[in-house]
Amino acid sequence: MRACLLALLLAVSGPALAVEPGERLADPALEERARELSKELRCLVCQNQSIDDSNAPLARDLRVLVRERLAAGDGDAAVRDYLVARYGDFVLLRPPMKPETWALWLAPPLLLLAGGAIAVLAFRRRRQRPVEADALSPVQRARVDALLAEDGDGRHSGHEGGGRP
Amino acid sequence: MRRLLYIVPALVFGLIAAYLLAGLGLDPKTLPSAMIDKPAPQFALPALGTVAPPLATADLGGEVALVNVFASWCVPCRAEHPLLMRLATEKGVPIFGINQKDKPEDAARFLAQLGNPYRRIGVDANGRASIEWGVYGVPETFVIDRAGRIRYRHVGALGPQDFEPILAMLERLRR
Repeated sequence: MRACLLALLLAVSGPALAVEPGERLADPALEERARELSKELRCLVCQNQSIDDSNAPLARDLRVLVRERLAAGDGDAAVRDYLVARYGDFVLLRPPMKPETWALWLAPPLLLLAGGAIAVLAFRRRRQRPVEADALSPVQRARVDALLAEDGDGRHSGHEGGGRP
Repeated sequence: MRRLLYIVPALVFGLIAAYLLAGLGLDPKTLPSAMIDKPAPQFALPALGTVAPPLATADLGGEVALVNVFASWCVPCRAEHPLLMRLATEKGVPIFGINQKDKPEDAARFLAQLGNPYRRIGVDANGRASIEWGVYGVPETFVIDRAGRIRYRHVGALGPQDFEPILAMLERLRR
């Protein structure tokens, strides 16, 4: 019973949220937009948390600021631009595509392509190498056949039915 | 061809190692300012009692000055205070203060104890003006040129080693 209750409680409890009740907007749609936007904005104090996650005072101030601007009728992009103008691209957890970030965005696909190309070349080369067709002598071939036949028998008598006689 | 197979991975490793080694020397807490070379943001803050006159955007520009974000609760501010006092009293550098999220009586006591290097002080009770400046921690110090533009930003406490470089920078901007 207690285990059931514990399981239920664990199932319904989400991760702890930094957003405090007093910060929430009355309009659920607007609040939802604020939450989504906050998840994309970096807390500059903790650096690897979004302001939605962080308990830092600056994160709280920025959450309130985001909500104020949304409530005042700003679009998501306008709110983002407002913060980027003050804190730079670093405030965005997803860096924008621009000349300074080309290396960041393009390096992984380029490396993947390069690796893929090397792999394709290597495989092709291996396939081109003549494979020795049937290198077994008739004696060896007979021995292999005998072993394979033996193995097939063994499996039947040994494991089927469970116990050994 | 065979040799290339050994050289290329070694080269790639060397490149990545050099890149990471260079990264070890960088401080991730020091963020580049998006505000460099931009005009000081629009703000107007009330005065800290009778300690100093209030601070607004219009007070900046005209002469090269420092804007220092401080608070009495901030320990590094206490550490950098002697430097600000030296700049203000020995060299007559105009320093403007933004007192962030502080109790006015605490801030007044802080300045009474350690001296007041500020010509003007704006009380930023909710931290909103600091956000306008792109401040993400206290203390931070900005250098403002005669046109009222932000030319330099220092994150964290200034130390005695910053005295000469700051004076040199102010001198350069005055020319």
